[in-house]
Amino acid sequence: MMIKPVFTLKEAFKNLWRNRLMSIASISSVSATLLILGIIFALILNINAMAQSAKDQFDSIQVYLRDDLSSEEVIALQDKIKGVEGVSDVVYESKSDALKRMKESWQDNAYLLEGLESNPLPSSLIVYLSDIYYSSSVLNEVQKLDGIEEIKSYQDIVEQLLSITEGIRKTGIIVIFVLIAISTFIIHNTIKLTVNSRRREINIMKYVGATNWFIRWPFLAEGTMLGLIGAGISALAMKFAYDYVFELMHSDFYVLVSAYVIPPTDLMKDVLFLFLVIGAGIGALGSIWSMRKYLNV
Amino acid sequence: MIEFQNVTKKYDNGVLALDRVSVKIDKGEFVFIVGPSGAGKSTFIKAVLKEVDVTSGNIAVDDMDITKLHRRRVPYLRRKVGVVFQDFRLLPNKTVYENIAFAMEITGTPHRNIRKQVPMILALVGLNGKGNFYPNQLSGGEQQRVSIARSIINNPPILIADEPTGNLDPDTSWEIMKVLRTINRRGTTILMATHDREIVDIMKKRVIALENGQIARDDKVGVYGYDD
Ligand SMILES: Nc1ncnc2c1ncn2[C@@H]1O[C@H](COP(=O)(O)OP(=O)(O)OP(=O)(O)O)[C@@H](O)[C@H]1O
Ligand SMILES: [Mg+2]
Repeated sequence: MMIKPVFTLKEAFKNLWRNRLMSIASISSVSATLLILGIIFALILNINAMAQSAKDQFDSIQVYLRDDLSSEEVIALQDKIKGVEGVSDVVYESKSDALKRMKESWQDNAYLLEGLESNPLPSSLIVYLSDIYYSSSVLNEVQKLDGIEEIKSYQDIVEQLLSITEGIRKTGIIVIFVLIAISTFIIHNTIKLTVNSRRREINIMKYVGATNWFIRWPFLAEGTMLGLIGAGISALAMKFAYDYVFELMHSDFYVLVSAYVIPPTDLMKDVLFLFLVIGAGIGALGSIWSMRKYLNV
Repeated sequence: MIEFQNVTKKYDNGVLALDRVSVKIDKGEFVFIVGPSGAGKSTFIKAVLKEVDVTSGNIAVDDMDITKLHRRRVPYLRRKVGVVFQDFRLLPNKTVYENIAFAMEITGTPHRNIRKQVPMILALVGLNGKGNFYPNQLSGGEQQRVSIARSIINNPPILIADEPTGNLDPDTSWEIMKVLRTINRRGTTILMATHDREIVDIMKKRVIALENGQIARDDKVGVYGYDD
Protein backbone atom coordinates (compact mmCIF):
# COMPACT_ATOMS: atom_id res chain seq x y z
CA MET A 1 0.00 0.00 0.00
CA MET A 2 1.20 3.44 -0.86
CA ILE A 3 1.42 5.76 2.10
CA LYS A 4 3.24 9.04 1.80
CA PRO A 5 3.91 10.07 5.40
CA VAL A 6 5.33 13.54 4.71
CA PHE A 7 2.53 14.35 2.33
CA THR A 8 -0.08 13.07 4.74
CA LEU A 9 1.33 15.14 7.61
CA LYS A 10 1.36 18.31 5.52
CA GLU A 11 -2.17 17.63 4.38
CA ALA A 12 -3.23 16.96 7.98
CA PHE A 13 -1.78 20.25 9.19
CA LYS A 14 -3.54 22.07 6.38
CA ASN A 15 -6.88 20.55 7.38
CA LEU A 16 -6.29 21.31 11.06
CA TRP A 17 -5.48 24.91 10.17
CA ARG A 18 -8.59 25.19 8.03
CA ASN A 19 -10.73 24.19 11.03
CA ARG A 20 -8.49 25.94 13.53
CA LEU A 21 -11.21 26.91 15.98
CA MET A 22 -12.26 23.31 16.39
CA SER A 23 -8.64 22.21 16.42
CA ILE A 24 -7.90 24.57 19.29
CA ALA A 25 -10.98 23.32 21.12
CA SER A 26 -9.81 19.73 20.65
CA ILE A 27 -6.26 20.42 21.77
CA SER A 28 -7.47 22.36 24.81
CA SER A 29 -9.82 19.63 25.90
CA VAL A 30 -7.15 16.97 25.56
CA SER A 31 -4.69 19.16 27.50
CA ALA A 32 -7.19 19.84 30.25
CA THR A 33 -8.11 16.17 30.52
CA LEU A 34 -4.50 15.07 30.71
CA LEU A 35 -3.56 17.81 33.14
CA ILE A 36 -6.28 16.72 35.53
CA LEU A 37 -5.21 13.12 35.01
CA GLY A 38 -1.64 14.19 35.79
CA ILE A 39 -2.64 15.96 38.99
CA ILE A 40 -4.60 12.93 40.19
CA PHE A 41 -1.72 10.69 39.20
CA ALA A 42 0.79 12.82 41.10
CA LEU A 43 -1.45 12.96 44.18
CA ILE A 44 -1.94 9.21 44.26
CA LEU A 45 1.74 8.46 43.78
CA ASN A 46 2.80 10.93 46.44
CA ILE A 47 0.29 9.87 49.03
CA ASN A 48 1.19 6.27 48.36
CA ALA A 49 4.84 7.06 48.88
CA MET A 50 3.99 8.74 52.17
CA ALA A 51 1.92 5.79 53.27
CA GLN A 52 4.73 3.46 52.32
CA SER A 53 7.36 5.24 54.35
CA ALA A 54 4.94 5.46 57.25
CA LYS A 55 4.29 1.75 56.95
CA ASP A 56 7.99 1.02 57.39
CA GLN A 57 7.58 2.39 60.90
CA PHE A 58 4.38 0.53 61.46
CA ASP A 59 5.55 -1.46 64.40
CA SER A 60 6.32 1.56 66.55
CA ILE A 61 4.38 4.27 68.29
CA GLN A 62 5.97 7.62 68.91
CA VAL A 63 5.07 9.25 72.19
CA TYR A 64 6.00 12.93 72.25
CA LEU A 65 6.79 14.24 75.69
CA ARG A 66 5.94 17.51 77.33
CA ASP A 67 8.94 19.88 77.38
CA ASP A 68 8.74 20.39 81.16
CA LEU A 69 9.40 16.76 82.19
CA SER A 70 12.48 16.07 84.32
CA SER A 71 14.74 13.19 83.36
CA GLU A 72 13.50 11.17 86.36
CA GLU A 73 9.95 11.60 85.20
CA VAL A 74 10.95 10.50 81.76
CA ILE A 75 12.60 7.37 83.09
CA ALA A 76 9.59 6.60 85.24
CA LEU A 77 7.33 6.99 82.27
CA GLN A 78 9.61 4.80 80.17
CA ASP A 79 9.42 2.02 82.79
CA LYS A 80 5.66 2.27 83.01
CA ILE A 81 5.28 1.87 79.28
CA LYS A 82 7.68 -1.05 79.23
CA GLY A 83 5.26 -2.78 81.59
CA VAL A 84 2.35 -2.61 79.17
CA GLU A 85 1.45 -5.87 77.47
CA GLY A 86 2.71 -6.09 73.88
CA VAL A 87 5.55 -3.59 74.28
CA SER A 88 8.93 -5.02 73.40
CA ASP A 89 11.11 -1.99 73.91
CA VAL A 90 10.97 1.73 74.68
CA VAL A 91 13.76 4.01 73.47
CA TYR A 92 14.26 7.60 74.47
CA GLU A 93 14.94 10.14 71.77
CA SER A 94 16.08 13.60 72.86
CA LYS A 95 15.37 16.81 71.00
CA SER A 96 18.83 16.86 69.46
CA ASP A 97 18.64 13.15 68.58
CA ALA A 98 15.43 13.86 66.74
CA LEU A 99 17.00 16.68 64.75
CA LYS A 100 20.02 14.56 63.91
CA ARG A 101 17.80 11.72 62.69
CA MET A 102 15.81 14.08 60.55
CA LYS A 103 18.97 15.48 59.01
CA GLU A 104 20.12 11.98 58.16
CA SER A 105 16.88 11.00 56.54
CA TRP A 106 16.76 14.16 54.48
CA GLN A 107 20.27 13.71 53.14
CA ASP A 108 20.70 16.25 50.34
CA ASN A 109 17.98 18.50 51.62
CA ALA A 110 19.36 18.60 55.14
CA TYR A 111 20.81 22.08 54.58
CA LEU A 112 17.25 23.35 54.77
CA LEU A 113 17.29 22.57 58.49
CA GLU A 114 20.38 24.70 59.14
CA GLY A 115 18.27 27.82 59.05
CA LEU A 116 16.17 26.85 62.07
CA GLU A 117 16.81 29.12 65.04
CA SER A 118 15.74 26.77 67.78
CA ASN A 119 15.05 23.06 67.68
CA PRO A 120 11.29 22.74 67.08
CA LEU A 121 11.26 18.96 67.54
CA PRO A 122 10.01 17.53 70.85
CA SER A 123 11.76 14.73 72.70
CA SER A 124 9.96 11.46 72.57
CA LEU A 125 9.74 7.82 73.56
CA ILE A 126 9.66 5.38 70.72
CA VAL A 127 7.58 2.40 71.72
CA TYR A 128 8.31 -0.79 69.81
CA LEU A 129 5.58 -3.40 69.70
CA SER A 130 6.19 -7.11 69.87
CA ASP A 131 3.37 -7.45 67.35
CA ILE A 132 1.25 -5.01 65.31
CA TYR A 133 -1.69 -6.83 66.80
CA TYR A 134 -1.21 -4.93 70.09
CA SER A 135 -1.07 -1.50 68.57
CA SER A 136 -4.52 -0.29 69.61
CA SER A 137 -4.44 -1.78 73.10
CA VAL A 138 -0.98 -0.31 73.79
CA LEU A 139 -2.21 3.00 72.43
CA ASN A 140 -5.12 2.89 74.87
CA GLU A 141 -2.88 2.17 77.86
CA VAL A 142 -0.29 4.81 77.01
CA GLN A 143 -2.94 7.47 76.49
CA LYS A 144 -3.89 7.23 80.18
CA LEU A 145 -0.38 8.21 81.33
CA ASP A 146 0.78 11.66 82.43
CA GLY A 147 3.37 13.95 80.83
CA ILE A 148 2.52 13.17 77.26
CA GLU A 149 2.15 15.91 74.66
CA GLU A 150 0.98 13.81 71.74
CA ILE A 151 0.97 10.24 70.51
CA LYS A 152 1.67 9.40 66.96
CA SER A 153 0.62 6.00 65.84
CA TYR A 154 1.63 5.31 62.30
CA GLN A 155 -1.13 2.82 61.93
CA ASP A 156 -3.70 5.61 61.94
CA ILE A 157 -1.69 7.66 59.49
CA VAL A 158 -1.20 4.75 57.13
CA GLU A 159 -4.86 3.90 57.26
CA GLN A 160 -5.84 7.49 56.67
CA LEU A 161 -3.45 7.92 53.79
CA LEU A 162 -4.55 4.69 52.18
CA SER A 163 -8.20 5.65 52.47
CA ILE A 164 -7.42 9.06 50.94
CA THR A 165 -5.64 7.40 48.00
CA GLU A 166 -8.56 5.04 47.60
CA GLY A 167 -10.97 7.96 47.51
CA ILE A 168 -8.86 9.89 45.03
CA ARG A 169 -8.45 6.80 42.88
CA LYS A 170 -12.17 6.07 42.80
CA THR A 171 -13.39 9.56 42.03
CA GLY A 172 -10.35 10.08 39.80
CA ILE A 173 -11.22 7.14 37.58
CA ILE A 174 -14.77 8.41 37.08
CA VAL A 175 -13.67 11.99 36.45
CA ILE A 176 -10.96 10.90 34.00
CA PHE A 177 -13.32 8.56 32.21
CA VAL A 178 -15.84 11.36 31.68
CA LEU A 179 -13.12 13.80 30.57
CA ILE A 180 -11.66 11.31 28.11
CA ALA A 181 -15.12 10.72 26.67
CA ILE A 182 -15.64 14.48 26.29
CA SER A 183 -12.26 14.98 24.59
CA THR A 184 -12.89 12.06 22.27
CA PHE A 185 -16.24 13.57 21.37
CA ILE A 186 -14.72 16.98 20.61
CA ILE A 187 -12.02 15.42 18.40
CA HIS A 188 -14.71 13.34 16.74
CA ASN A 189 -16.53 16.55 15.83
CA THR A 190 -13.39 18.25 14.56
CA ILE A 191 -12.39 15.39 12.31
CA LYS A 192 -15.98 15.09 11.12
CA LEU A 193 -15.57 18.55 9.57
CA THR A 194 -12.71 17.37 7.36
CA VAL A 195 -14.43 14.08 6.68
CA ASN A 196 -17.53 15.99 5.59
CA SER A 197 -15.60 18.30 3.32
CA ARG A 198 -14.03 15.26 1.68
CA ARG A 199 -17.17 13.14 1.52
CA ARG A 200 -17.08 13.13 -2.25
CA GLU A 201 -13.53 11.94 -2.33
CA ILE A 202 -14.23 9.19 0.18
CA ASN A 203 -17.21 8.06 -1.85
CA ILE A 204 -15.15 7.88 -5.04
CA MET A 205 -12.37 6.07 -3.22
CA LYS A 206 -14.88 3.44 -2.14
CA TYR A 207 -16.00 2.93 -5.75
CA VAL A 208 -12.51 2.46 -7.08
CA GLY A 209 -11.80 -0.13 -4.40
CA ALA A 210 -9.90 1.63 -1.64
CA THR A 211 -9.74 -0.37 1.58
CA ASN A 212 -11.13 1.21 4.73
CA TRP A 213 -7.68 1.58 6.20
CA PHE A 214 -6.38 3.36 3.14
CA ILE A 215 -9.20 5.88 3.50
CA ARG A 216 -8.98 6.15 7.26
CA TRP A 217 -5.25 6.70 7.55
CA PRO A 218 -5.04 10.44 6.77
CA PHE A 219 -7.92 11.23 9.12
CA LEU A 220 -6.39 9.04 11.76
CA ALA A 221 -3.14 10.99 11.37
CA GLU A 222 -5.08 14.21 11.86
CA GLY A 223 -6.84 13.08 15.03
CA THR A 224 -3.73 11.53 16.50
CA MET A 225 -1.83 14.74 15.85
CA LEU A 226 -4.44 16.73 17.79
CA GLY A 227 -4.11 14.29 20.67
CA LEU A 228 -0.33 14.43 20.68
CA ILE A 229 -0.21 18.24 20.55
CA GLY A 230 -2.60 18.28 23.51
CA ALA A 231 -0.37 15.80 25.33
CA GLY A 232 2.71 17.94 24.71
CA ILE A 233 1.06 21.08 26.05
CA SER A 234 -0.28 19.39 29.16
CA ALA A 235 3.09 17.74 29.83
CA LEU A 236 4.76 21.17 29.77
CA ALA A 237 2.09 22.65 32.03
CA MET A 238 2.39 19.69 34.36
CA LYS A 239 6.16 20.06 34.55
CA PHE A 240 6.01 23.74 35.48
CA ALA A 241 3.23 23.18 37.99
CA TYR A 242 4.95 20.24 39.68
CA ASP A 243 8.33 21.99 39.81
CA TYR A 244 6.61 24.93 41.44
CA VAL A 245 4.81 22.82 44.03
CA PHE A 246 7.98 20.87 44.74
CA GLU A 247 9.89 24.11 45.39
CA LEU A 248 7.08 25.35 47.59
CA MET A 249 7.12 22.15 49.62
CA HIS A 250 10.79 22.68 50.29
CA SER A 251 10.35 26.09 51.80
CA ASP A 252 10.67 26.12 55.61
CA PHE A 253 6.97 26.09 56.18
CA TYR A 254 6.26 22.64 54.74
CA VAL A 255 9.61 21.21 55.63
CA LEU A 256 8.04 18.32 57.53
CA VAL A 257 6.23 16.80 54.56
CA SER A 258 8.70 17.57 51.82
CA ALA A 259 10.88 14.55 52.47
CA TYR A 260 8.12 12.35 51.08
CA VAL A 261 7.43 14.29 47.87
CA ILE A 262 8.53 12.47 44.73
CA PRO A 263 11.18 14.48 42.80
CA PRO A 264 9.97 16.05 39.50
CA THR A 265 12.31 14.15 37.18
CA ASP A 266 11.14 10.74 38.46
CA LEU A 267 7.51 11.67 38.12
CA MET A 268 7.69 13.47 34.78
CA LYS A 269 9.04 10.44 32.92
CA ASP A 270 5.94 8.44 33.79
CA VAL A 271 3.66 11.41 33.21
CA LEU A 272 5.06 12.12 29.75
CA PHE A 273 4.66 8.50 28.68
CA LEU A 274 1.14 8.35 30.09
CA PHE A 275 0.14 11.61 28.39
CA LEU A 276 1.48 10.67 24.96
CA VAL A 277 -0.20 7.27 25.00
CA ILE A 278 -3.57 8.54 26.22
CA GLY A 279 -3.43 11.67 24.03
CA ALA A 280 -2.73 9.65 20.90
CA GLY A 281 -5.40 7.15 21.95
CA ILE A 282 -8.07 9.84 22.35
CA GLY A 283 -7.16 11.32 18.96
CA ALA A 284 -7.18 8.00 17.16
CA LEU A 285 -10.46 6.92 18.74
CA GLY A 286 -12.15 10.23 17.95
CA SER A 287 -11.14 10.14 14.30
CA ILE A 288 -12.06 6.51 13.71
CA TRP A 289 -15.42 7.23 15.27
CA SER A 290 -16.01 10.20 12.97
CA MET A 291 -15.46 8.03 9.89
CA ARG A 292 -17.76 5.19 10.75
CA LYS A 293 -20.75 6.45 8.82
CA TYR A 294 -18.87 7.09 5.61
CA LEU A 295 -17.10 3.80 5.37
CA ASN A 296 -20.28 1.77 5.09
CA VAL A 297 -20.89 2.42 1.38
CA MET B 1 -18.81 -13.28 -15.58
CA ILE B 2 -21.93 -12.10 -13.74
CA GLU B 3 -24.66 -14.46 -12.66
CA PHE B 4 -27.85 -13.70 -10.73
CA GLN B 5 -29.67 -16.66 -9.23
CA ASN B 6 -33.19 -15.90 -8.09
CA VAL B 7 -32.15 -12.56 -6.63
CA THR B 8 -34.66 -10.52 -4.66
CA LYS B 9 -34.03 -7.11 -3.13
CA LYS B 10 -36.59 -5.63 -0.82
CA TYR B 11 -35.65 -2.21 0.61
CA ASP B 12 -36.38 -1.42 4.24
CA ASN B 13 -39.39 0.66 3.17
CA GLY B 14 -40.95 -2.43 1.63
CA VAL B 15 -40.23 -1.60 -2.04
CA LEU B 16 -39.48 -4.71 -4.06
CA ALA B 17 -36.72 -3.42 -6.37
CA LEU B 18 -35.56 -6.80 -7.67
CA ASP B 19 -38.01 -9.69 -7.79
CA ARG B 20 -36.56 -13.19 -8.30
CA VAL B 21 -34.11 -12.10 -11.00
CA SER B 22 -32.06 -14.85 -12.69
CA VAL B 23 -29.69 -13.88 -15.45
CA LYS B 24 -26.26 -14.83 -16.77
CA ILE B 25 -23.86 -12.43 -18.48
CA ASP B 26 -20.81 -13.94 -20.17
CA LYS B 27 -17.30 -12.63 -20.47
CA GLY B 28 -16.91 -10.03 -23.21
CA GLU B 29 -20.63 -9.30 -23.59
CA PHE B 30 -22.08 -5.80 -24.02
CA VAL B 31 -25.44 -5.67 -22.25
CA PHE B 32 -28.00 -2.87 -21.98
CA ILE B 33 -30.37 -2.77 -19.04
CA VAL B 34 -33.53 -0.86 -19.90
CA GLY B 35 -36.88 -0.30 -18.28
CA PRO B 36 -39.11 2.42 -16.91
CA SER B 37 -38.00 4.64 -14.06
CA GLY B 38 -38.07 2.73 -10.80
CA ALA B 39 -37.86 -0.65 -12.54
CA GLY B 40 -34.77 -1.64 -10.55
CA LYS B 41 -31.90 -0.92 -12.99
CA SER B 42 -29.76 0.97 -10.53
CA THR B 43 -30.51 -1.56 -7.82
CA PHE B 44 -29.30 -4.30 -10.15
CA ILE B 45 -26.03 -2.42 -10.62
CA LYS B 46 -25.64 -1.69 -6.92
CA ALA B 47 -26.14 -5.37 -6.18
CA VAL B 48 -23.20 -6.28 -8.46
CA LEU B 49 -21.02 -3.73 -6.62
CA LYS B 50 -22.33 -4.97 -3.27
CA GLU B 51 -23.41 -1.43 -2.51
CA VAL B 52 -26.71 -3.00 -1.47
CA ASP B 53 -27.04 -6.44 0.08
CA VAL B 54 -29.71 -8.52 -1.58
CA THR B 55 -32.53 -9.99 0.47
CA SER B 56 -32.31 -13.48 -1.04
CA GLY B 57 -30.70 -15.34 -3.91
CA ASN B 58 -27.07 -15.45 -5.00
CA ILE B 59 -24.87 -13.25 -7.16
CA ALA B 60 -21.58 -14.46 -8.63
CA VAL B 61 -19.05 -12.01 -10.06
CA ASP B 62 -15.97 -13.38 -11.81
CA ASP B 63 -16.76 -16.87 -10.43
CA MET B 64 -16.98 -15.59 -6.86
CA ASP B 65 -20.16 -15.68 -4.78
CA ILE B 66 -20.39 -12.09 -3.53
CA THR B 67 -23.56 -12.56 -1.48
CA LYS B 68 -21.52 -13.94 1.40
CA LEU B 69 -18.49 -11.75 0.79
CA HIS B 70 -17.11 -10.18 3.98
CA ARG B 71 -17.31 -6.36 4.26
CA ARG B 72 -13.55 -6.16 4.34
CA ARG B 73 -13.29 -7.95 0.98
CA VAL B 74 -15.66 -5.57 -0.82
CA PRO B 75 -12.82 -3.24 -1.97
CA TYR B 76 -11.28 -6.16 -3.86
CA LEU B 77 -14.59 -6.84 -5.61
CA ARG B 78 -14.75 -3.17 -6.62
CA ARG B 79 -11.32 -3.40 -8.20
CA LYS B 80 -12.73 -6.02 -10.56
CA VAL B 81 -15.71 -3.88 -11.49
CA GLY B 82 -15.15 -0.39 -12.89
CA VAL B 83 -18.08 2.05 -12.51
CA VAL B 84 -19.20 5.10 -14.43
CA PHE B 85 -22.07 7.34 -13.33
CA GLN B 86 -24.32 9.87 -14.96
CA ASP B 87 -22.76 12.69 -12.89
CA PHE B 88 -19.09 11.77 -13.63
CA ARG B 89 -17.99 11.98 -9.99
CA LEU B 90 -14.62 13.63 -10.56
CA LEU B 91 -12.64 15.45 -7.88
CA PRO B 92 -12.84 19.16 -8.80
CA ASN B 93 -9.56 20.15 -7.15
CA LYS B 94 -7.53 17.48 -8.95
CA THR B 95 -6.37 17.55 -12.56
CA VAL B 96 -7.44 14.97 -15.13
CA TYR B 97 -4.13 13.18 -14.63
CA GLU B 98 -4.51 13.21 -10.83
CA ASN B 99 -8.12 12.04 -10.98
CA ILE B 100 -7.01 8.95 -12.87
CA ALA B 101 -3.73 8.41 -11.00
CA PHE B 102 -5.72 8.49 -7.77
CA ALA B 103 -7.43 5.21 -8.67
CA MET B 104 -4.04 3.59 -9.22
CA GLU B 105 -2.54 4.90 -5.99
CA ILE B 106 -5.37 3.26 -4.11
CA THR B 107 -4.38 -0.16 -5.40
CA GLY B 108 -0.73 0.53 -4.60
CA THR B 109 0.55 0.87 -8.17
CA PRO B 110 4.16 2.16 -8.27
CA HIS B 111 4.52 5.74 -9.52
CA ARG B 112 6.64 4.56 -12.42
CA ASN B 113 3.72 2.54 -13.79
CA ILE B 114 1.23 5.30 -13.11
CA ARG B 115 3.25 7.77 -15.17
CA LYS B 116 3.36 5.30 -18.02
CA GLN B 117 -0.24 4.13 -18.00
CA VAL B 118 -2.23 7.32 -17.48
CA PRO B 119 -1.20 8.87 -20.84
CA MET B 120 -2.00 5.56 -22.55
CA ILE B 121 -5.49 5.45 -21.11
CA LEU B 122 -6.03 9.15 -21.94
CA ALA B 123 -5.21 8.34 -25.56
CA LEU B 124 -7.64 5.44 -25.52
CA VAL B 125 -10.56 7.61 -24.38
CA GLY B 126 -9.57 10.43 -26.75
CA LEU B 127 -8.21 12.94 -24.25
CA ASN B 128 -4.67 13.26 -25.55
CA GLY B 129 -2.86 16.20 -23.98
CA LYS B 130 -5.67 17.08 -21.54
CA GLY B 131 -3.91 15.64 -18.50
CA ASN B 132 -3.30 18.98 -16.82
CA PHE B 133 -6.84 20.29 -17.22
CA TYR B 134 -9.18 20.58 -14.27
CA PRO B 135 -12.67 19.06 -14.58
CA ASN B 136 -14.37 22.47 -14.81
CA GLN B 137 -12.23 23.26 -17.87
CA LEU B 138 -13.72 20.29 -19.73
CA SER B 139 -17.03 19.70 -21.54
CA GLY B 140 -19.49 17.16 -20.14
CA GLY B 141 -18.44 14.57 -22.70
CA GLU B 142 -14.79 15.07 -21.85
CA GLN B 143 -15.51 14.76 -18.16
CA GLN B 144 -17.30 11.50 -18.80
CA ARG B 145 -14.25 10.26 -20.73
CA VAL B 146 -12.08 11.03 -17.70
CA SER B 147 -14.48 9.08 -15.54
CA ILE B 148 -14.36 6.15 -17.96
CA ALA B 149 -10.56 6.33 -18.05
CA ARG B 150 -10.51 6.19 -14.25
CA SER B 151 -12.89 3.22 -14.18
CA ILE B 152 -10.74 1.07 -16.47
CA ILE B 153 -7.25 2.20 -15.47
CA ASN B 154 -6.81 -0.83 -13.19
CA ASN B 155 -7.93 -3.19 -15.98
CA PRO B 156 -11.12 -4.51 -14.41
CA PRO B 157 -12.75 -7.43 -16.28
CA ILE B 158 -16.15 -5.73 -15.91
CA LEU B 159 -17.27 -2.14 -16.53
CA ILE B 160 -20.65 -0.99 -15.26
CA ALA B 161 -22.23 2.25 -16.37
CA ASP B 162 -25.42 3.70 -14.87
CA GLU B 163 -26.89 6.08 -17.49
CA PRO B 164 -23.44 7.32 -18.60
CA THR B 165 -24.99 9.45 -21.36
CA GLY B 166 -27.85 10.76 -19.24
CA ASN B 167 -26.37 14.28 -19.00
CA LEU B 168 -25.01 14.50 -22.55
CA ASP B 169 -26.40 15.63 -25.88
CA PRO B 170 -26.91 13.00 -28.63
CA ASP B 171 -23.63 13.69 -30.50
CA THR B 172 -21.56 13.59 -27.38
CA SER B 173 -23.41 10.46 -26.27
CA TRP B 174 -22.30 8.74 -29.42
CA GLU B 175 -18.69 9.70 -28.77
CA ILE B 176 -18.97 8.07 -25.36
CA MET B 177 -20.56 4.95 -26.87
CA LYS B 178 -17.66 4.64 -29.28
CA VAL B 179 -15.25 4.72 -26.36
CA LEU B 180 -17.25 2.07 -24.55
CA ARG B 181 -17.37 -0.10 -27.68
CA THR B 182 -13.59 0.14 -28.01
CA ILE B 183 -13.19 -0.92 -24.40
CA ASN B 184 -15.62 -3.80 -24.97
CA ARG B 185 -13.64 -4.97 -28.00
CA ARG B 186 -10.53 -5.15 -25.83
CA GLY B 187 -12.34 -7.83 -23.85
CA THR B 188 -14.05 -5.94 -21.01
CA THR B 189 -17.57 -7.07 -20.17
CA ILE B 190 -19.86 -4.03 -20.20
CA LEU B 191 -23.17 -3.58 -18.42
CA MET B 192 -24.97 -0.32 -19.10
CA ALA B 193 -28.27 0.96 -17.73
CA THR B 194 -29.85 3.54 -19.99
CA HIS B 195 -32.96 5.41 -21.09
CA ASP B 196 -31.46 6.24 -24.48
CA ARG B 197 -33.67 4.61 -27.13
CA GLU B 198 -31.56 5.61 -30.12
CA ILE B 199 -28.34 4.19 -28.71
CA VAL B 200 -29.92 0.88 -27.74
CA ASP B 201 -31.67 0.48 -31.10
CA ILE B 202 -28.59 1.27 -33.19
CA MET B 203 -25.98 -0.65 -31.17
CA LYS B 204 -27.81 -3.98 -31.64
CA LYS B 205 -26.51 -5.53 -28.44
CA ARG B 206 -28.12 -7.75 -25.86
CA VAL B 207 -30.98 -5.98 -24.06
CA ILE B 208 -32.35 -6.95 -20.67
CA ALA B 209 -35.59 -5.16 -19.81
CA LEU B 210 -36.61 -4.80 -16.18
CA GLU B 211 -40.14 -4.00 -15.10
CA ASN B 212 -41.24 -3.84 -11.48
CA GLY B 213 -38.05 -5.61 -10.53
CA GLN B 214 -38.63 -8.53 -12.83
CA ILE B 215 -36.98 -9.44 -16.12
CA ALA B 216 -39.59 -8.66 -18.76
CA ARG B 217 -37.38 -9.30 -21.77
CA ASP B 218 -33.89 -10.61 -22.57
CA ASP B 219 -32.98 -10.45 -26.26
CA LYS B 220 -29.62 -11.38 -27.76
CA VAL B 221 -29.95 -8.50 -30.22
CA GLY B 222 -32.58 -6.25 -28.78
CA VAL B 223 -34.29 -2.91 -29.07
CA TYR B 224 -35.26 -0.32 -26.47
CA GLY B 225 -38.97 -1.01 -26.82
CA TYR B 226 -40.56 1.77 -24.72
CA ASP B 227 -42.27 4.97 -25.73
CA ASP B 228 -40.86 7.34 -23.12
N1 LIG C 1 -32.16 3.22 -0.91
C1 LIG C 1 -33.45 2.96 -1.23
N2 LIG C 1 -34.35 2.81 -0.24
C2 LIG C 1 -35.63 2.53 -0.53
N3 LIG C 1 -36.11 2.37 -1.76
C3 LIG C 1 -35.28 2.50 -2.79
C4 LIG C 1 -33.89 2.81 -2.57
N4 LIG C 1 -33.28 2.89 -3.78
C5 LIG C 1 -34.25 2.63 -4.69
N5 LIG C 1 -35.44 2.40 -4.11
C6 LIG C 1 -36.70 2.06 -4.79
O1 LIG C 1 -36.49 0.86 -5.51
C7 LIG C 1 -37.09 0.93 -6.78
C8 LIG C 1 -36.06 0.71 -7.87
O2 LIG C 1 -35.16 1.79 -7.86
P1 LIG C 1 -33.95 1.91 -8.89
O3 LIG C 1 -33.15 3.09 -8.49
O4 LIG C 1 -33.27 0.61 -8.95
O5 LIG C 1 -34.71 2.21 -10.24
P2 LIG C 1 -34.12 2.56 -11.67
O6 LIG C 1 -34.62 1.51 -12.59
O7 LIG C 1 -32.68 2.77 -11.60
O8 LIG C 1 -34.85 3.94 -11.96
P3 LIG C 1 -34.31 5.18 -12.81
O9 LIG C 1 -34.50 4.81 -14.24
O10 LIG C 1 -35.23 6.29 -12.43
O11 LIG C 1 -32.91 5.41 -12.46
C9 LIG C 1 -37.77 2.30 -6.86
O12 LIG C 1 -39.12 2.14 -6.53
C10 LIG C 1 -37.07 3.11 -5.81
O13 LIG C 1 -37.93 4.06 -5.24
MG1 LIG D 1 -31.32 4.42 -11.88
